[in-house]
Amino acid sequence: MPIAHEYEYLKPTSVAEAVDILSRFENNVRCLAGGTDLIVHLKENVVRPAAVVDIKAIPELSGIKMQGNELRIGALVTFSEIIHSAEIKKHFPVLVEAAETVASVGVRNRATLVGNICSAVPSLDAAPVLLIYDAQVVVRGKNGERSISIHDWFTGPKKTSKAADELVTHVIVNKPLEKHAAAYVKLGRYRGEDLAQAGVAVMLTDNKNYRIATCALGPIAKRAPKVEAALNSHTPSKKTFEDAAKFILSEISPITDIRASKEYREHMAVVMTRRALEAAMARLLGKTVDVASILGG
Amino acid sequence: MKVRFQLNNEKRSLDVEPNDVLFDVLRDKIGLKSPKCGCDRGDCGACSILLNGKSVRSCLVLAAEIEGANIVTVEGIGQTDLSPVQKAFLDKNAFQCGYCAPGMIIAATELLEHNKHPNAHEVREALSGNLCRCTGYTPIIEAVCQARGRKS
Repeated sequence: MPIAHEYEYLKPTSVAEAVDILSRFENNVRCLAGGTDLIVHLKENVVRPAAVVDIKAIPELSGIKMQGNELRIGALVTFSEIIHSAEIKKHFPVLVEAAETVASVGVRNRATLVGNICSAVPSLDAAPVLLIYDAQVVVRGKNGERSISIHDWFTGPKKTSKAADELVTHVIVNKPLEKHAAAYVKLGRYRGEDLAQAGVAVMLTDNKNYRIATCALGPIAKRAPKVEAALNSHTPSKKTFEDAAKFILSEISPITDIRASKEYREHMAVVMTRRALEAAMARLLGKTVDVASILGG
Repeated sequence: MKVRFQLNNEKRSLDVEPNDVLFDVLRDKIGLKSPKCGCDRGDCGACSILLNGKSVRSCLVLAAEIEGANIVTVEGIGQTDLSPVQKAFLDKNAFQCGYCAPGMIIAATELLEHNKHPNAHEVREALSGNLCRCTGYTPIIEAVCQARGRKS
């Protein structure tokens, strides 16, 4: 299907130039990186921008860099690059685990993590992991750079706190100093290419701190502080996990849609929280857990 | 606007519009018919091509984006002789209607380029974004397993 509507195609070579274009066109402009969302939206007339800004010629937006405990993921970094990054595999294996659940190779070769959080759909796989790591989204606008906590990033379905004339340059993820382990569990209708019916990421640390985050279980991806409070300072055990997992129901507000019913999502959210915690606990003890197998299917 | 790129080992230069989709340009402007339109929204993999060595959905790429790129379609694979993947697809009769085959061959070619000896799970994972609506997956997976490790 061709794209019916006409627009200007612009390819800036610096962030400053891109920001200039964004402010010139105000709300009537879209950034293009991997295009796996944007081009579908252009074809289906969901968006009709006056200009499309291809940001792939801006060198500053590329690359994965680890400095000390801080990981920097540029706006052009694809899910495939994340999966094949030795540094991410070593320091943030759960990020690789989440990236591997995104669509399929042909999409992951183009789709970017930053594009995923900018789409801000409720089912986005990148969000729960970024939430448990307290990631920062760094944007640049006409008034300079600012850093937005991932907890403040999602403001509604397909809505973020980024202003229209701001460009995301990168995401920062910090590795916790204490010993920790994490897991991301995704429920789909089948193994392989599908959007999440539900997603749960958990992290637990040696000193009994817990972090839980969900996607596809409410209008936005978010942390589950009530589950965390029920777990914090408790020694990990199957019983503790079982009791605390039930609190997830007071943190989520799933809907019935084409992929799953509200009731099924609620039921599975409890199961997934418990099993993700068990997987993370086993990993903290040095065991290998294939997370794809924990929901069967 | 003019874009210059390499297509199946040939240098090309073409006038395209900002709203031209690469898939339409390949088929209708250039006449390469191996990429097929299945879903037109990136879900089925039938339009897969190699863009700078990586499989991508040509239905989700703007023609304007390919300035300086290297593009390979199935027409460019095994130009002198069939590639090991293509031979294995024939050996295993891994076609029913054949509509998904070009995309499957692109995905399998990319896999074997980076992983000479994938196991059956890795083969399935690499092909999981390519749908075969005849559901003829078994001979397709067998063909890719047969092709692994063969010299191209």
